Amino acid sequence: MISSRKRRFQSCLVLVVLLLLSCLCWQWLVPFDPYAQDLGKALRPPDGVHLFGTDRYGRDLFSRVLAGGQLTVFSALAVVLTASVTGSLIGLICGYRPGKTATLLLRLADVFLAFPSMVFAIAVAGILGGGTFNAGIAIVLVAWPKYTRLACSTVLPLRHEPFIEAARMSGCTDGQILFQQILPLAVGPLAVTAALDVGTVIAELAGLSFLGLGTAPPAAEWGSMMSGSRNLLQSAPWTVLAPGLGIFLTVAVCQLFADALRDYVDEKG
Amino acid sequence: MVRRYILQRLLHLLVILFGATFLSFALMHTVSTDTVDVLYTLNGNANAAVAAAKRASLGLDRTFLVQYGDWLWRILHGDMGNSFVSGEPVLTTILQKLPATMELMVLALLMTILAALPLGILAALHRDRFWDQAVRIFSFLGNAMPDFFTALLLLYLFAVHWHLFSFLDASRLPVLPALTLSIAMTAKSIRQVRAVFLDELSKTYVQAALVRGLPVNTVLLHYVLRSVLAPLLALLGVSAGSLLGGAAIVESIFLWDGIGKLAVDAILLRDYPVIQAYVIWMCVIYVGVNLLMDLLSAFLDPRVAERGSDQ
Repeated sequence: MISSRKRRFQSCLVLVVLLLLSCLCWQWLVPFDPYAQDLGKALRPPDGVHLFGTDRYGRDLFSRVLAGGQLTVFSALAVVLTASVTGSLIGLICGYRPGKTATLLLRLADVFLAFPSMVFAIAVAGILGGGTFNAGIAIVLVAWPKYTRLACSTVLPLRHEPFIEAARMSGCTDGQILFQQILPLAVGPLAVTAALDVGTVIAELAGLSFLGLGTAPPAAEWGSMMSGSRNLLQSAPWTVLAPGLGIFLTVAVCQLFADALRDYVDEKG
Repeated sequence: MVRRYILQRLLHLLVILFGATFLSFALMHTVSTDTVDVLYTLNGNANAAVAAAKRASLGLDRTFLVQYGDWLWRILHGDMGNSFVSGEPVLTTILQKLPATMELMVLALLMTILAALPLGILAALHRDRFWDQAVRIFSFLGNAMPDFFTALLLLYLFAVHWHLFSFLDASRLPVLPALTLSIAMTAKSIRQVRAVFLDELSKTYVQAALVRGLPVNTVLLHYVLRSVLAPLLALLGVSAGSLLGGAAIVESIFLWDGIGKLAVDAILLRDYPVIQAYVIWMCVIYVGVNLLMDLLSAFLDPRVAERGSDQ
């Protein structure tokens, strides 16, 4: 029998796959070239031809919003992957081999956690000098410690469990024990945390671009599109609302998926 | 017990702050772009000798640890350096802008408590019925809205659509910026309030009080509410971090003259002393707010302190 949680998880999975597909295949979905300027059609309000209207250079906003998904979603995924894998590895090792180095690393994680994350990300991105890559680094720097903490606290109580001792006595190396015995037990909560993080990271990346510290124009990126049309809010509100809708829908889908994943993992675990 | 808890928390705070100063200094130090270069590119001409002299006068030619020690020593004496751009003492500038940001934060926190508490309790009392679902949808939407989108949407609705801007402006309070920040925070805290409230309602002391004939409202307001407040305060303390980060964006959008806007402007000009001071002050405020919230929780519910000092 399929539980309702499993069904919810599956339908959210379909949504996520659709989102990823639209991000991957935007070239075939866009009605217009997102970078083609046509000043004669500047600032058209939404109609049947231009679903979301056009911006100040006459570029079709619907196409630009679709095109903007790829960069944002995939850089967010790369950021979360880097932060979660690095953070988890540090945490696993700290939990498995407590000692001076481990304590030092955990204290470092605490210091990073004590920084308000967006404040730190703004400062780092600002200092590194903007750009998509630097904004990504800034967010990786603030995101890794929570994985370290989580992985460490999962591993610490497992260290002296009989099955670990048994594995050790039967000649398994530390690497084998960590990756074959311990990692499978820790991976559930870590994956849920990572999934919950994707939506947040998308919003943070867009926020940095909005402040001019992330992806720079003319690239179709939601945050910088909104920032560029800020002063048009009164005369052409669709230029701001369309990219905002893009961010909102993407973050919403990611959160639905993460919630469903959490419930599903809870049920299984 | 409580005194030991406070001492423990203060010690923790010192360690964190020391780490934070080191980290923010190291960060500034490792960046490749040189302020002096930027300064002279801004002015249009770069002369190697003049640049070197300027570098020496700013103390940028010494080793890392010496610079850090010197910097920390001066900070402890209240000297956060001068702005590379305006030349004014950073501390004075920060202290000038701090009240505006604090005003924004306090207003946002108040709005959050005033919204999250009743809405969370409403959802709990109407569990799985209409209001619960409505609150759940609000919380979901609020969580998926980035700060800057909420800000622009509110600006659009209030200023362009409803023409209420002059009215709000007359109050001289940062109503819209605070509303922006509190929507996101409320969305985060409502579910927590609901969960804690439901958990508390199922406890035996509530049943016992009701069976003994105490009025429902007395039980809810005097006993249950008190135990919901402690976790809510702790949660608000933690989300003060996102509040501070959000303040930078929101202040820039609404042109509210606080620390956040100062920092964003400083970043665009690579004004290192101002950025450093910003990061440290935000860290101090964040850790301070958390400490305050923890102490308040411990005061409201002494069990919190017992649990805390056991750790």
